[in-house]
Amino acid sequence: MSATEAGAAAAPTPKYTKKDFESDQDVRWCPGCGDYAILSAIQKSMPDLGIPKEDIVFVSGIGCSSRFPYYMNTYGFHTIHGRAPAIATGLKVARPDLKVFVVTGDGDGLSIGGNHMLHVLRRNVNVTILLFNNRIYGLTKGQYSPTSELGKVTKSTPLGSADRPVNPLAFALGCGATFVGRTVDRDVKHMEEMIKRASAHHGTAFLEILQNCNIYNHLTWNVVYDKESKAAHELRLEHGKPLLFGPVDDRHALVMEGAQPKVVRAKDVPESALWVHDETKVNAAKLLADLWTPDYPIPTGVLTAIEAPVYEDIVLEQEQRAISERGPGDIAKLLTSGDTWKID
Amino acid sequence: MSESAPPVAGGLKTRRDIERAVVRFAGDSGDGMQITGEQFTIESAVAGSDLATLPNFPAEIRAPVGTLFGVSSFQLQFGSQRVYTPGDRLDMLVAMNPAALKVHLSDLKPGGLLLVNTEAFEPGNLKKAGYPSDPLDEPALAERYRLHKVDMTGLTMRALADLPLSAKDKERCKNFFALGLVSWIYTRPLEPTLESIQKKFAKSQVIADANTRALKAGHAFGETAEIFTESYAIEPAEMAPGLYRAMTGNRALAWGLLAAAQRSNVPLVYGAYPITPASSILEELAMHKRFRIRTIQAEDEIAAVTAAIGASFGGAIGVTGSSGPGIALKGEGIGLAVTAELPLVIFDIQRGGPSTGLPTKTEQADLMQAMYGRNSESPVVVIAPATPGDCFYIAYEAVRIAAKYMVPVMVLSDGFLANGSEPWLIPDAATLPPIELHFRTEKEGFFPYLRDPATLARPWVRPGTPGLEHRIGGLEKQDVTGNISYEPENHDHMVRTRAEKVRRVAQEIPPTTINGPVAGEVLVVGWGSTYGSITAAVERAQADGKSVASIHLRHLNPLPPDLGHILREYRRVLVPEINSGQLVRVLRAEYLVDAVGFNRVRGLPLASDDIHDAISQLLGDH
Repeated sequence: MSATEAGAAAAPTPKYTKKDFESDQDVRWCPGCGDYAILSAIQKSMPDLGIPKEDIVFVSGIGCSSRFPYYMNTYGFHTIHGRAPAIATGLKVARPDLKVFVVTGDGDGLSIGGNHMLHVLRRNVNVTILLFNNRIYGLTKGQYSPTSELGKVTKSTPLGSADRPVNPLAFALGCGATFVGRTVDRDVKHMEEMIKRASAHHGTAFLEILQNCNIYNHLTWNVVYDKESKAAHELRLEHGKPLLFGPVDDRHALVMEGAQPKVVRAKDVPESALWVHDETKVNAAKLLADLWTPDYPIPTGVLTAIEAPVYEDIVLEQEQRAISERGPGDIAKLLTSGDTWKID
Repeated sequence: MSESAPPVAGGLKTRRDIERAVVRFAGDSGDGMQITGEQFTIESAVAGSDLATLPNFPAEIRAPVGTLFGVSSFQLQFGSQRVYTPGDRLDMLVAMNPAALKVHLSDLKPGGLLLVNTEAFEPGNLKKAGYPSDPLDEPALAERYRLHKVDMTGLTMRALADLPLSAKDKERCKNFFALGLVSWIYTRPLEPTLESIQKKFAKSQVIADANTRALKAGHAFGETAEIFTESYAIEPAEMAPGLYRAMTGNRALAWGLLAAAQRSNVPLVYGAYPITPASSILEELAMHKRFRIRTIQAEDEIAAVTAAIGASFGGAIGVTGSSGPGIALKGEGIGLAVTAELPLVIFDIQRGGPSTGLPTKTEQADLMQAMYGRNSESPVVVIAPATPGDCFYIAYEAVRIAAKYMVPVMVLSDGFLANGSEPWLIPDAATLPPIELHFRTEKEGFFPYLRDPATLARPWVRPGTPGLEHRIGGLEKQDVTGNISYEPENHDHMVRTRAEKVRRVAQEIPPTTINGPVAGEVLVVGWGSTYGSITAAVERAQADGKSVASIHLRHLNPLPPDLGHILREYRRVLVPEINSGQLVRVLRAEYLVDAVGFNRVRGLPLASDDIHDAISQLLGDH
């Protein structure tokens, strides 16, 4: 039992800097990869978590994003393709005291590991999932991914892909996720804020990070990179604030028309008719998750953050109850319980 | 013989002493044959018999009533001498319906006792069983066997006539009538069953009363009806003194883990996905949370093994269990544990294959999968229990080796061991070897792949240990530092090191026990659940003065260090297996010995008579 598990953590958490979280390994992503900015944002966010670095574990699967743990000076486990959520579930059941991050990508997390992603979300295991979405398979050199747009021309789809993409946020919400957010690799400040928010959530936090693959899918997220486009289309969600977006001189608003969100000129509607963002309303988050250009803005920020029972909390609670009611297990007693007979 | 024979008041019946008997209860899957057999097992154990059991049931949960594929059976052999197997041929068959008769009659010895429930032999059931006419009317049946036609349903209904139960509920008690009758025939005590009925039906006294009455009615029927002229007595077997319990293989595996968890004093995480015949391990473990056993019913087989690996990474004991199809899915995960050098225990409760195969039937055909069924060279330790009770020690040993060597350990049990039971001498838990877990906390000189010189194990570090933060993974790594390495010489070195680490486990293997002469004509080599069949066959051959010995391997990878020497001390080597020759290939490859296989892949344990014949053939004296 570790000190923290025993509730005896007496020493205050040291004052860390970003440098404390940098490992001695050479970073091997392609020059210009969006992963560098994400790595930097995560390393920068770590000191603010207030968690001893020996209690932090990064678990990943396979893919460019999954090299991540090697570059963090914490505990890390680079596992196999798609299975990081399942590894993390076992780790958290064994060690609820640890702070566990899962780093994954669109292929790792939503294709080969889609099933595990579904189940970690519905169980609400207390882990922070960072899904780097670049809409391409980078490590295998440029095949289309489950988030690639329909008709995507890649090496494996010379005439365009025939399958429709999955929407990571809508998927997560459909799985019963209790925290769902989106941020962008080129918006460092927002990224740091989102990483901290996600990390502080009790339960599974699902954070999609729109990430640039400058080799195989350059500027796939240009709609939120390009300054003008970003100003026109990004809808920054803030709890308690109305859903407004667009340039300052031409603000647009989201309102509900029946069961359908509708974009209107902000000045055309009374303030009371504006849709005010409420992170505790999962139904609203489900509507927001589906929004995308050209008809709608692109939401970033926290779509939902709610409280729900956490898997390993229940597992541990059952164990503690069994022990407090009947005492710790004793194999010698168990072996001689029930129907036995003696031979002299 | 008449089914309504008048009772003989106080009739004196002879009681004959016999050494052993093989009895099979067979009926529709809804007839309660499994519980009947289990109760008869307990009665026999309490009477001091040695015994072995073979439950056999269809994969369908509620197979259509009366059909051939819906037949469920439970066989046991009990006796006053050592009993190694559930028996090959039957001394008694209880057939609750025509389908059961059709499926099982060929296993009954000529002159054997045949008890049938006449009520079920009606046109509908006869047709479903494929009988053009009632086989009970064939004179040949009564000539060939000692046929007892009893209207067990009718007699049960009459015994329960005044109870406030539906006709259907009353009818369902007929299996206890059969049990009462067979208990009388073999002089088995009813008390264990009476107690068990009270416990099992504690919620409904009237159901408990009905079953009690049916049991007693069956017993009284044997005693008083004049159709049964004799009963049988079996002296208690000479068994090691001590406290005994009935033990099935799957429960023993679970309890072995409980013992290991308690002794090692860390949580044990068992990840599993429901699969026949392994599910009962998950269910058993889930009942024992007080032992800090944390069960995860995972979303699939891959999640089950990877959750266990995650737990091991966290410093708990990670265990997963499945059957062959599930082990196939776990392959990549097991490879991760091999290269991450983390402890992991994998139970493979083998069943008939390929693919879905025969889910409820036994087989030993996963040995090659256990040894080689992963990409590249990913050696794991492979061990196999010999009997249901041995599963307890094997599970415990698996945890001990996995933790000591930082290596995956595969346990090859099978459907026969999983569900079969034996009277088991309860061990003194204090005598189990210690499980020493070393979690490194020392910062000085730490590297993730620094090796213990004796075991080659790398240090196990619990996340949460300050100053020892490190990263491991599935990529090849440099020895000692654990840094990613694509260097050719290093890879060659790591491949050899992982293999050598598994080979070092040989130092844990005790000298091989030889059952028979230390040199001679024939050595029979077995592994896993064939222990009983082989031992019975070999001891029979020895009793006939043949120069035959047997050894039974509990360690399959690595093999025992003395095995090569032993094999060369016999003129011929015979390897019986429930597969088409897997261990025999390993032995031939490893030791250049001209071993021959004896192979039957029928979904059933090997018959000891057949092994005996194979030994005779090899001796050239058939």
